[in-house]
Amino acid sequence: MAVLDLKAKLAILSDAAKYDASCASSGGQKRNSLDGKGVGSTEGMGICHAYAPDGRCISLLKILLTNFCIYDCAYCINRASSNVKRARFTVEEIVDLTLGFYKRNYIEGLFLSSGIIRSGDYTMEEMVRVARTLREVHDFRGYIHLKLIPEASPALVLEAGLYADRVSINIELPKDESLTALAPEKDVGVIKKAMGGVRLAIEERAPGKKDRAQPRKYVTGQSTQLIVGADEAADGDILARSENLYGSYGLKRVYYSAFSPIPDSSSRLPPQKPPLMREHRLYQADWLMRYYGFERAEIAGPGQNLDLAVDPKLAWALANRGRFPIDVNAADREMLLRIPGLGVKSVDSLVVLRRQKRVRLEDLKKLCGSEKKLRPFVIADDWTPGPLADADDLKPHLPSEAAPRQLSLF
Amino acid sequence: MRVARLSSEIDFDGWRRQARTLRAQGVAPDDVIWTVGGEGDLFGDETSAPVVEPAFTVSREFVELAQSVLLHRSPERLPLLYRLLWRLRDEPNLLSLATDPDVLKAGHFDQSVHRAQHKMKAFVRFREVPAAAETYAAWFEPPHRVTEATAPFFARRFSGMVWTILTPDACAHWDGAQLTFSPGADRSQAPAEDALEEAWATYFASIFNPSRLNPTAMQQHMPKRYWRNLPEARLIPELIATAQERTAAMVQNAPTTPSKRTMKAARRIARDRPAEGGAPTSLEEVAAGVDVCRRCDLWRDATQGVAGEGPARARLMFVGEQPGDQEDLAGHPFVGPAGKVLDRALAEAGVPRSETYVTNAVKHFKHEPRGKRRLHKTPDRGEVQACRWWLDAERRIVRPRVIVALGATAALSVFGQATPIGANRGQALQLPDQAQAVVTYHPSFLLRVPDEAAKARAYAEFVGDLRLAWSLAA
Repeated sequence: MAVLDLKAKLAILSDAAKYDASCASSGGQKRNSLDGKGVGSTEGMGICHAYAPDGRCISLLKILLTNFCIYDCAYCINRASSNVKRARFTVEEIVDLTLGFYKRNYIEGLFLSSGIIRSGDYTMEEMVRVARTLREVHDFRGYIHLKLIPEASPALVLEAGLYADRVSINIELPKDESLTALAPEKDVGVIKKAMGGVRLAIEERAPGKKDRAQPRKYVTGQSTQLIVGADEAADGDILARSENLYGSYGLKRVYYSAFSPIPDSSSRLPPQKPPLMREHRLYQADWLMRYYGFERAEIAGPGQNLDLAVDPKLAWALANRGRFPIDVNAADREMLLRIPGLGVKSVDSLVVLRRQKRVRLEDLKKLCGSEKKLRPFVIADDWTPGPLADADDLKPHLPSEAAPRQLSLF
Repeated sequence: MRVARLSSEIDFDGWRRQARTLRAQGVAPDDVIWTVGGEGDLFGDETSAPVVEPAFTVSREFVELAQSVLLHRSPERLPLLYRLLWRLRDEPNLLSLATDPDVLKAGHFDQSVHRAQHKMKAFVRFREVPAAAETYAAWFEPPHRVTEATAPFFARRFSGMVWTILTPDACAHWDGAQLTFSPGADRSQAPAEDALEEAWATYFASIFNPSRLNPTAMQQHMPKRYWRNLPEARLIPELIATAQERTAAMVQNAPTTPSKRTMKAARRIARDRPAEGGAPTSLEEVAAGVDVCRRCDLWRDATQGVAGEGPARARLMFVGEQPGDQEDLAGHPFVGPAGKVLDRALAEAGVPRSETYVTNAVKHFKHEPRGKRRLHKTPDRGEVQACRWWLDAERRIVRPRVIVALGATAALSVFGQATPIGANRGQALQLPDQAQAVVTYHPSFLLRVPDEAAKARAYAEFVGDLRLAWSLAA
């Protein structure tokens, strides 16, 4: 096999990593290098060091150890049956690249994933070796995210947690049945057990619990990714999966990744533009579940899809007109959060503001940029929606979002 | 008209000192002209003007706001801050009036400054200084005067390096121990290139997904004003121009034939799938079978099936309801809060858990999501019935002398019919397969009894039942 130079390897192994949506570098322990050893810091808030022309943030050096893989998952660029160019980094190459990029302030740290070579344990061992070298040899204090190989032994998963701030296993397909069909070597049971093991490991060191004589661990959270549009799962099914994952394994994040064309793609998947609007609506729905007190069943039932034309909060309001209008001077925080157009920050400011004065429509405008979307749903000191509140079709009265574009292809 | 002069654009102490004096002398905001630098006494003769207003304190929140707003480049910031201070005496809650025009404006300034600080942390690009070990320098142009305020971040992060950040306003230097500042510089004083920039540009181009092209979102987060100092930005026009074409090629090109050799190797290495079998005859088979069991739907939302644990020839078998949150994650029965209660009671009753077999009526955790947690749900009759297949197998294999049913669900499963705890506990009951049974409370019930006295009574009865079961099994 031809020997590839570092630049060629980097091109192949970052191209192969870009279908992973996760980029967070936040939520690690606070630490710095002021003691004069090593390099790096994390201060809680993530930093996006660049943005690619796809609008996604570049925070970490997101690469694969190798894109050789013995699995044949239909949706994956690195599947065994694909003829993409293959490459493999050595542990030292990744370590040097990470430190070099970090010292020039290009990145917050490393996000290392890998195709599965030889066995789950072998692959995981190599990845752990990268993280261990960074931490122990170079005293690297930046952020490390390791992808876990679910089939790897629990001891290796625990060791990954000793060095990585975040670990993740991608479930990829929302329905167990489609996982079996499209990713025959993946086993959802094995993935769930590994996630369960991670949650137990994280909670074991949670503050408040005694952790004498435990080795110092970095890991503070885990996440996963679901692909949108590669199988038949409806939004309601996807959200039900997320709900289960958040509840069972305490995930920090579920990422939704619109299935997008890959080089040498399998004929089993329909070529299409990535369903970006659908992905966007799923993120909005996810936020409603996590920060706005919505139950999943209120947003989308099994087999149901979200409305691409309006955001899920507005969709809920339109379907529950009897709950509106809401008096912004009297309603409790929970109800304020359900008003379309009011975000968590605006609601918090509003709650403080109304202790000082009666809130008028103009105040709402200043708090959230535009009050047009709010009008039919609120009562303010100088505003009642009147007949608008009972209008059969509200959509003409609302500012129109950019027309939903979800085309099949070119 | 009074003139207030700051020694530099970001002279917060000077601003505070003079604002305090002016406020005490009752000088209204419209009567002050704020300027920076230049000659002359700060106040001329007017410093001796009489103090006419009582002193008052301002909140820490205001001081922090003022420190940040001062770094904004707008000349309006100085009168704005004084106007806020002026109003604070009579309106101490002014800052919580988020929609007041002055508060709103200060809020916007504050936001812009914070954003500029954040973007500085993100977009400074160090270049290695030739012929000096571990020494780096960067040229950066911040939209607001945030260099001094942001430099400590770089000191905390790159403390082992020697570095300089040059900007038009000020330069920050770190020598490995101390942070110092000097006046502004120009770009010619920074290194012109760095050997690693080509690799970084390669990474930037490769991590971009052309089928998701969205230059608007990119520019919103990485405004063009920063591009000229970002080595990767010169690739952007070409990446945008070729995106459509690259995506079309990926979609139109038919998949190539997989390499036979690779596929053969992949198939060989991939795991064998566990095969479906008949009724299990060993505890190992039970454990493996429970985990892939699809006899009811509870497996979908659970992590794993949790089989019983204990010696295959145990004389005493405990049957609980189902695994809980902790058991579901760990894969072992009775390791969560209820397990702790059971362990304590077993110890008091003198029953060694290691000599007993501990299992559940239902092997998967039934629950309901509630916010970010999951709440236990009692399994229904159908699920208990479906899972009896496994419990019966465990009973056949272990053949215990005594079975203790913990709680109503366990009793239902062990007897095959509803067997109320209250009416039946505290005595030996006969089972058709020659074993004896004792029914008692489920340990998690003991955790939920609200009244302390009743709780203590129930716990004592529970320990008594365990003792009875152990003596029957002896």
